Amino acid sequence: MSELSVNHLLGIKYLKEKDIELIFETADHFKEVINRPIKKVPSLRDITIANLFFENSTRTKLSFELAEKRLSADVINFSASQSSVKKGETLIDTVDNILAMKVDMVVMRHPNPGASVFLSQHVGASIINAGDGAHEHPTQALLDSYSIRERLGGVTGKNIVIVGDILHSRVALSNIYALKLQGANVMVCGPKTLLPKHIEKLGVKVETNLRKALNWCDVANMLRVQNERMEISYFPSTREYTQQFGVNKAMLDSLDKEITIMHPGPINRGVEITSDVADSKQAIILDQVQNGVAVRMAVIYLLASKIKQ
Amino acid sequence: MSQKVLLNAKEVNIILHRLACQLIENHKDFSNTVLIGIQPRGKFLAKRLAVMLENEYKVKNVRLGHLDITFFRDDFRRGDKPLEANTTEINFLVEDKKIVFIDDVLYTGRSIRAALTAIQSFGRPHEIELLTLIDRRFSRHLPIQPNYRGRQVDAINDERVKVNWVENDGEDAVYLVENYE
Repeated sequence: MSELSVNHLLGIKYLKEKDIELIFETADHFKEVINRPIKKVPSLRDITIANLFFENSTRTKLSFELAEKRLSADVINFSASQSSVKKGETLIDTVDNILAMKVDMVVMRHPNPGASVFLSQHVGASIINAGDGAHEHPTQALLDSYSIRERLGGVTGKNIVIVGDILHSRVALSNIYALKLQGANVMVCGPKTLLPKHIEKLGVKVETNLRKALNWCDVANMLRVQNERMEISYFPSTREYTQQFGVNKAMLDSLDKEITIMHPGPINRGVEITSDVADSKQAIILDQVQNGVAVRMAVIYLLASKIKQ
Repeated sequence: MSQKVLLNAKEVNIILHRLACQLIENHKDFSNTVLIGIQPRGKFLAKRLAVMLENEYKVKNVRLGHLDITFFRDDFRRGDKPLEANTTEINFLVEDKKIVFIDDVLYTGRSIRAALTAIQSFGRPHEIELLTLIDRRFSRHLPIQPNYRGRQVDAINDERVKVNWVENDGEDAVYLVENYE
């Protein structure tokens, strides 16, 4: 088995196609492990991992923590709201203090784009980016591709549309990089105001008509409208957004093929997708969550194997 | 690198028959026994024995699985190369079963130590035995011995015992390879 070409997972942008293949093959083994009666392996018992969350998160944090515990790593958790960051400590000082307690790996979510890249240049631990502002969220993109591969047998050549708030979404950017790297055809769809200018330079198709996009695709990845990141109005009302960019069961049934629906969560039911779609067999939203643990175990395992004693 | 033949195809076949008979002596109809090949190389031997038991000794329903021990090994991050994982396939309960671990070569005993830990994830077996085709004497790092052995071999540390199988390597044979890197 080869090894990852990187020492940190800062973004999909820094990975090669072979890295993604290796992560998926390793995740296959861990998926089998987490479906055993005893869902734990002792590989990382001499590794300590710090989860630093400078921004709120529920599922990503739980998923990482579970992945770390399933690998028998020691885990410490940190959230900015209860820390000295509020007292004016810098990011590097905060992390250096944590590393002084002999921590080997840092999983970090931060509101500023590039925070994890910056950190990787200044501290001596292996860094995993768990989301940095509107930049990248690599493990989410990996688990999304892994779920597509599991459902459709592969990613190469598949048509995948990412619908919704592309402008504020780190999931969208990481997904575009990951899917393109694996040879998929990618389209983004949403209101013009929520599509970044020049996004077609990333090699994606752009569509503002949801029905056309759904007719074209094999998989639709529905993103949440990130109201908390919007300082101005990007569309007239939530109701109007739903009418134009929300997916409902009647619309799916009227297509001439059965497409797969994904959502990175949290879902706003009745906004980007209706409840009957979210709970239908076409949706693989909960598979994504389960695969998230296996894929994160694979990433942590592969990066940890590069930390020399 | 030079190599010498320890066992040829005919000798391997005779040994396999003997091992199959020894298993039948202790496990009768195999109603409460499962065979588990240790990945990556033990699965060939396990499969061969299971087929032989069913076809030539008319033992019905031999249950066979294979176990990957990668994540249970004690040398994670200690070697130059990353450890390569393999599939685990155990489609039955091991709770209260008699397990026979099957591997091609027993050397330091560390793989078997890892397998003993790994199998705990699947339940609490009644007992575990060990069958190996080749037992490299005087090289154990742990107090582990086989219950069934095909052939005992004395080999020094920079030598390696290589077991080839028809289905994977095109021939049945066991070689002693010198100055193995």
